[in-house]
Amino acid sequence: MRRAVLTAASTSALVVLLLSLKPHQPAALTGDPAQAGAASAPTPSGRPSQGSHPADGTYTGAPIRTRYGTVQVTATVKAGRLTAVKVLHAPSENGRDREIAAYALPRLTQEALSAHSAHIDAVSGASYTSAGYVQSLQSALDRAGV
Amino acid sequence: MSEFRRGLRHVEEAMGTVFSFDVRDTRTPAIEAAVHDAVAWLHHVDEVFSTYRSDSAISRLARGEIGLDDCPAEVREVLDLCERVGTATRGWFSATPGGTLDPSGLVKGWAVERAGQLLRAAGAHHTCVNGGGDLQLSGEAAPGIPWRVGIAHPLRPGELCAVVTGRDLAVATSGSAERGPHILDPHTRAPAAGPASVTVVGPGLTTTDAYATAAFAMGAGAQDWLEGLDGYEGLAITGDGETWRTPGFPGTSCAA
Repeated sequence: MRRAVLTAASTSALVVLLLSLKPHQPAALTGDPAQAGAASAPTPSGRPSQGSHPADGTYTGAPIRTRYGTVQVTATVKAGRLTAVKVLHAPSENGRDREIAAYALPRLTQEALSAHSAHIDAVSGASYTSAGYVQSLQSALDRAGV
Repeated sequence: MSEFRRGLRHVEEAMGTVFSFDVRDTRTPAIEAAVHDAVAWLHHVDEVFSTYRSDSAISRLARGEIGLDDCPAEVREVLDLCERVGTATRGWFSATPGGTLDPSGLVKGWAVERAGQLLRAAGAHHTCVNGGGDLQLSGEAAPGIPWRVGIAHPLRPGELCAVVTGRDLAVATSGSAERGPHILDPHTRAPAAGPASVTVVGPGLTTTDAYATAAFAMGAGAQDWLEGLDGYEGLAITGDGETWRTPGFPGTSCAA
């Protein structure tokens, strides 16, 4: 049970982390040297409602310290949409952390992609309990929006 | 999500779930006070209507210890609304789904809709109140940009099965993905088999949420029923992953 809770907590932390890599906030990213120049020159969007967005390319996020260790990801953007997320650093200080990371990271990447690429403001779903909320995408959106 | 004006967010645990307030209007003291009032309102509703509290008015009324006239005025209002929804759903919604008084299927949506009205009265015209997965949205997400609400995929945790777009709307989803089979078929008083989840979109969350609960209990018959309703649209994912939606459902389904 404890392991499940930890997994959920690190899952949420990562979703928040990934959601915070908003394409319209290039300043929050440490640009890949090859793309640094392009990132400051937004290109016209295929979807007018989305406003400006960074140029295509791969952006490397700053390492972020979480309760479970340091996490760093890269995000690949194509036509203003997040198309891939790669984990550069994941918690690996001990066996349990590695176990959690092995479970949480691949799943998380998928979660963040599907939610992020949809540019959603909120999530509707079968009524969650207070405990279920912790793992929900709504919880990630609430934290990313603060 | 384009430029955000400086708004206000608040997360509150109440009624055994979590309520998320997302106000996109410029923050004012009046709006802050309204969020505070809305939170107090949710806790008040829980005190009056919780079937988990033996001392709540609804529990005492159910046990016959007090009469309807002894209850706060909201109890009669809610029971009247349950009656109306029961008629509109041909008996698929009931304030006594398991045989005893339990209007929980309507209370949360009603409380959220009222919370949204409190915010609006304080000058917040662009708000989203999410009560455990059922939402009342007012205005739009940003100037000229409608709200976008992801519908959680009931069979694939963490994924979305659709995105609803719109202004001034309510979105409610019923299903067993989060809490197991808990929606009772009022006709048999046993847990309804239902689809994996059904989402209803309408103008106000009180009715929209109760309709989603009723549509879940209806199962396969829900599609025809929803198509015949003015002002409401529906989307469902069945247990084997099939999707159906009413022709006017606002938004896009993600690839199945």
